Amino acid sequence: MNTSAPIENLISKEKIAIAFENVSISYGGNEAIKNLYLNFPKGKVTALIGPSGCGKSTVLRAINRMNDLIPDCKIKGRIFYEGSDLYDPNIDPVEVRRRIGMVFQQPNPFPKSIYENIAFGARINGYSGNMDKLVEKSLKKAAVWDECKDKLNKSGCSLSGGQQQRLCIARTIAIRPDIILMDEPCSALDPISTLKIEETIHELKNNYTIIIVTHNMQQAYRISDYTAFFNAENVDDGEGGKVGYLAEFNETETIFGSPKQKITKDYISGKFG
Amino acid sequence: MSNDQSGQYELRRRTDSERFLDRAFRDLSITMASVVAVLLIGIFLFVFSGAFESIGRYGLKYLVTSEWNPVSDQYGAFNAIYGTIITSLTSICVAVPLGIGTAIVITEDILPKKIRETIGLMVELLAAIPSVVLGLWAIFVMEPFLRPIFIAVNHYFGWFPFFSTKPIGPGIMPATLILVIMILPIITSISRDSLNQVPLPLREAAYGIGATRWSAILHIILPAAISGIAGGILLALGRAMGETMAVTMIIGNSLNFNWSLFAPGNTISAMLANQFGEADGSQVSSLMYAAFVLMILTLSVNIAAQYIVKRLSLKY
Amino acid sequence: MNQDLIYKKSIKRNIIEFLLNTIAITFTFIVVLPLVLVLFYVLIKGGEQLNFALFTQLPEPPGDDLLSAGGIGNAILGTIIVTTIASIIAIPIGVGGGIYLAEYAKGGSFSKFIRFGTNILSGIPSIIAGVFIYGTIVSTKIIFGSSFSSLAGGMALSILMLPTIIKTTDEGLKLVSDNLRKGALCVGASKFTTITSITLPTAFRPIVTGILLAVARAAGETAPLIFTALFSFYWPQGSESFLEPIASLSVLIYNFALEPYKAQNELAWAASFILIILLLFLNLLARYLNKLTIQNK
Ligand SMILES: Nc1ncnc2c1ncn2[C@@H]1O[C@H](COP(=O)(O)OP(=O)(O)O)[C@@H](O)[C@H]1O
Ligand SMILES: [Mg+2]
Repeated sequence: MNTSAPIENLISKEKIAIAFENVSISYGGNEAIKNLYLNFPKGKVTALIGPSGCGKSTVLRAINRMNDLIPDCKIKGRIFYEGSDLYDPNIDPVEVRRRIGMVFQQPNPFPKSIYENIAFGARINGYSGNMDKLVEKSLKKAAVWDECKDKLNKSGCSLSGGQQQRLCIARTIAIRPDIILMDEPCSALDPISTLKIEETIHELKNNYTIIIVTHNMQQAYRISDYTAFFNAENVDDGEGGKVGYLAEFNETETIFGSPKQKITKDYISGKFG
Repeated sequence: MSNDQSGQYELRRRTDSERFLDRAFRDLSITMASVVAVLLIGIFLFVFSGAFESIGRYGLKYLVTSEWNPVSDQYGAFNAIYGTIITSLTSICVAVPLGIGTAIVITEDILPKKIRETIGLMVELLAAIPSVVLGLWAIFVMEPFLRPIFIAVNHYFGWFPFFSTKPIGPGIMPATLILVIMILPIITSISRDSLNQVPLPLREAAYGIGATRWSAILHIILPAAISGIAGGILLALGRAMGETMAVTMIIGNSLNFNWSLFAPGNTISAMLANQFGEADGSQVSSLMYAAFVLMILTLSVNIAAQYIVKRLSLKY
Repeated sequence: MNQDLIYKKSIKRNIIEFLLNTIAITFTFIVVLPLVLVLFYVLIKGGEQLNFALFTQLPEPPGDDLLSAGGIGNAILGTIIVTTIASIIAIPIGVGGGIYLAEYAKGGSFSKFIRFGTNILSGIPSIIAGVFIYGTIVSTKIIFGSSFSSLAGGMALSILMLPTIIKTTDEGLKLVSDNLRKGALCVGASKFTTITSITLPTAFRPIVTGILLAVARAAGETAPLIFTALFSFYWPQGSESFLEPIASLSVLIYNFALEPYKAQNELAWAASFILIILLLFLNLLARYLNKLTIQNK
């Protein structure tokens, strides 16, 4: 169960989109994830699974520098994206986020019209093409066009939860990122909306690198090419604190079929978590 | 402790005195709460009944004429009403951008946290300075310091009615500036609270699609906080209209109307502070008419503030 | 390194960011500047006159071309007396009203009106409170035939304190967890016992914070006092002082600031010094208590 050595990388055949090199992240002194080495393959869907509190969201948010918004969040180690260390002081986080989009756990549309929800992001990203076309294309890609096309001027908040989440996906697609991060995008949704979003992810698979956190094993199995299993272990700080680490990373088939670690097997078969 | 269970709980039934205490306490608290209602209605009726005679005698003419002559019993409060409105509106126009800008600096991460906290504390301490001290400072420090600037403005822009008289000391302009200082803490702290209440997911949504700090602030965060900020601005407007001491000390208390902001002027509350203690006869009633107008002004602004906060906050 | 990701100072977007940052920080500077300047002047101009006599002597009536205008001993005492009277009136009423709103009110039209009225009352100009007390208490000589008095001044101030105390009591009590309340009621405590021995003590700190802020605001008020408590050049005399005009720091500053004599003006600065120190102390104390409350949550 020791994580100090880098986990052997089994994906040398893939191109790498994001590489974590010995990354530790802490919130105000409490470590949330430690000594993470992980290469996310390019053009694939990677699922992050593991019990709650093991640092999946933390890892995800580190990739597009969303953790910058949390004042006492500190990061050690290096995260590479296209040859650049994302936490180099010369890096502009705004540029990073324009290339690495994110869909959050709770749907969070802007309190603006559906049309503006898409157009706003495109506009601040300097989009100069036909805005109507872009809105339509993005909504279609996110599989929510049919439900929205008659009420583009209505507030984004007037949609149902599942539609809101697909609107958020459309908003992210509209800025044409390289990578899309999704943090449990279906956890607040009903099964039908969940299926629709999974279909959307299947659509997107061909053009984007997708990294998705999910609590749903079947979902991870259905949509991902690779799976990273995170776990948390106790730290001896006398306060019962826990720190997350990467327990196993492999092709999804392998993780679900013949995991190397017993703990992975236990987790997948629902013994804990 | 004895093991004998029976006989230990003699007070299963509450005694009469206990029940009396319970009811008396509730009635007492209702009575205390009623004091607010009684006071509010009392003040309103008192001011209205005091003004009644003048309202009947001068009617609406009182609001648009500027003659204030206790000897000939001619009263018109246009000068003071105009002064109240011009000083409060102008000070709001200056204070709103300053206050919101400061609130943004305090809530968003433009500066290091320590500095932001210090600024927040300083703004709250500014609110603690009594208006009479600000008045003293305005008379002896601020106005003499600014006078050369006012004189220059008058020199170059004297053709403009608002700057058309030579600054001689007390006047509407320094009174407005001191009002700006007085309402800045209200606008700043209410805007800061409203900005702090903007939910984190909304901020994340903005930054997550690659918004820069200011496009997130201007397009997403400020609009989401607008109800609280608008309410705060109205509260500050009400405060500016009713503010008395600092204004009385620096506005010049002139009975004559003048368009120029450099000329001495008057406000309703300054007029009350200056004259009410020594007034008698129909002057009292005329002053009460002015007080009534002030009540109506501040009341409507305050009610509007509460309405806006409720109404706009439903939207988000 | 990927050049696209590097922060570039001179692209339009970042220039706009820089300009807006600069504007906002400049605005912030303009906002805190008056505080610094006012404190600076009050501390310098008032501080240089600080001496023992300031606290023990009486102010000289204006008109005398004296080198010194005496002390502000009676004004300090007067501010304390009037503010105490105001607190004695406003604290029980305010806490009682707050208890009603938080513990008894069931959202009916009466409690709605009280809440609304509290907000409106806090927006009423302080000069109107003075006018009201002048008209109902001072000019009618309703209290033992006395007109201007410290009692009348205290009443006027209490009108201004009341809404703050009601609101903070109400909010403080609402922060108390409902489980605590239910727990007490379930073991058979009466509502009276629950409130006085469970909820009030739990909400003690925020309530005291609110009271301190209200006291600080009242102690610095002038407008309600100028035609209720008036002013006096003498020490308050025993128990009769409640029925007689009384000096206060704020009215002294107002009166003496407008005098054409330098000695009086300087006394106004000295009084400002004392008043500011008193108010800053109360405010910082309130803030300190408030911070403790938040940390304990
Ligand atoms: N904003 C935050 N401030 C402080 N601690 C946090 C914050 N976000 C997450 N944590 C802590 O970091 C650890 C990992 O959290 P998270 O990444 O959200 O886990 P997961 O997404 O796997 O459930 C948890 O112990 C959590 O308490
Ligand atoms: Mg999570």
